[in-house]
Amino acid sequence: MTITEKILASASGKKSTVPNEILNVKIHNVMTMDLLGPSAFKNFRKLGAKKVWNPDRIIMVFDHMVPPPDVRSAELHKASRAAVKEYGIKHFYDVGRQGLCHQIMPEKGYVLPGTVVVGTDAHSTTYGAFGAFATGIGVTDAAAVFATGELWLKVPESLKFDITGELPNMVMSKDVILYLMGKMKLQGRCDYKAMEFSGLAVENMTVSSRMTMCNMVADMGAKNGIIEPDEKTIEYLKARANEPFKIIRSDPDAKYEEVFHEDVSDLEPQVACPHSMDNVKPVTEVEGIAVDQVVLGSCTNGRLEDLEIATRILKNKKINPNVRMLVFPASQEVFTEAIKKGFIETLLKADALICPPSCGPCAGRAMGPLGDSEVAISTTNRNFKGRMGSPNSKIYLSSPSTAAASAITGKITDPRQVR
Amino acid sequence: MNENVFRGRIWKCLDNVLVYSILPQKYLFKEMSASLDELKQHVMEDIDPHFAKEALQGKYKMIVAGKNFGGGGKSLEHPVLAIKGLGINVVVADSFSRYFFRNAINNGLPVIACKGITKLADTGDELEVNLRTGEIKNLTRKESTKTSPLPDFIINLISSGGYIEYIRKKLEKEV
Repeated sequence: MTITEKILASASGKKSTVPNEILNVKIHNVMTMDLLGPSAFKNFRKLGAKKVWNPDRIIMVFDHMVPPPDVRSAELHKASRAAVKEYGIKHFYDVGRQGLCHQIMPEKGYVLPGTVVVGTDAHSTTYGAFGAFATGIGVTDAAAVFATGELWLKVPESLKFDITGELPNMVMSKDVILYLMGKMKLQGRCDYKAMEFSGLAVENMTVSSRMTMCNMVADMGAKNGIIEPDEKTIEYLKARANEPFKIIRSDPDAKYEEVFHEDVSDLEPQVACPHSMDNVKPVTEVEGIAVDQVVLGSCTNGRLEDLEIATRILKNKKINPNVRMLVFPASQEVFTEAIKKGFIETLLKADALICPPSCGPCAGRAMGPLGDSEVAISTTNRNFKGRMGSPNSKIYLSSPSTAAASAITGKITDPRQVR
Repeated sequence: MNENVFRGRIWKCLDNVLVYSILPQKYLFKEMSASLDELKQHVMEDIDPHFAKEALQGKYKMIVAGKNFGGGGKSLEHPVLAIKGLGINVVVADSFSRYFFRNAINNGLPVIACKGITKLADTGDELEVNLRTGEIKNLTRKESTKTSPLPDFIINLISSGGYIEYIRKKLEKEV
């Protein structure tokens, strides 16, 4: 069996399973956030249950609207706080303690290898980077999990991506996943599938880089992305996990629907062009396109290593006067570390605007939207028409290094050319 | 006829009818509870401005679609509820997006995948769909085809009226 099949079998108390089997799976932890938490609890109330299955396994994180930009958002926060109080939910990350939900979940130790973790956000697939089975669910599913701690799931077929070679200088895991997105397309080959990443390039990636990979499988239509845990995973979790966990790996004779081989030794920085994430081109084909806004952040690329590479590129430089650069550290912890390491000061000196850890303009719900006909280069994960503001704006998606290099010139720039 | 067999006239659309086509984006972010009556009047309006009105009048009872019906990577349940609100009792498609498929079942709207269905039926044809056997008959053309049936668990979920009702009944039994 594959790692995905083994985790799902184990979580449903079975010895084995096969793709397409429907299982009733025990959920280890469930995440909900400010935007959909209130709807999830509204559905929960319809069940007639007086209490939740386990208040310590429901995690509420504020990130989509922090701080609330309008009264409606403030009301959603208010409704979320009321639900937290009513059901005795202990793990609550309110304004001031918040971060992107997909950062908070692993950072605070709620994602453990070998477990099943779900969340009311499509990018909950991020947690697969720790060898967990993780996927996004709707608010009806969430209500069912709140009540029972279980969820019906269909076992997906697994696709294996064996990624070899060493990533060139300035090329990041974001470029790998954008490249795969361009190749596999948004909806199609990866629909419903488990995408398992392995190979030397993945082994060499930091835990943060692996999170970027698993984050964007959601946008390829996949059910989950997953990477076998290793020493790096264990090292990351050592100070964070507050429960013991079991390492699960794929069997040597595991069956995959297909195995893809990619060598990334010569991979160029990649850019997803408007208005679809699979409209991917090497940066050399889009160099020179003028941008108005650079966004560094999101659950895809707002972690310490992302801020670090941007800092390296922007050190002793100034952001182009025609451009504003918004930086969203992924969590209060990432923000604090970035201050300690001097990244924030360097970014401030370069004229970047440091914003509170939150989704920012990524989901179009809070600060920093684009005006009519404006262009952004962004390290976020979606570039559908109008996602970041005006329907007549354009979003190019890239790695943090390409975004930072573009901030200096005011045009889409190959980070390998920065001196 | 039993509760797993549905019969009715179809309205057909082709591949990649995403959530944004089922409901234009401006309606997707509306508060669901307050506006379901309004939402359903806009289903598919960019593809066929008469569809919602005619479905509400009972002209269509089923939707037949191509690949990736309800795609677009949104976990929002508005499109499913709006379609159900029109009185549509089954959606048959070449394939469904994961979220649409799941949200439809969770809200008690029968959905079944059948490869090549758009070639076997046209708008206005009368179809008979058996969820338990996977048999799909085009009564107008007097033809039939077979697809994978829905598993019993899914049929139980749908006939309970969706996941919420299913769990509610389960919890009641436990008390």
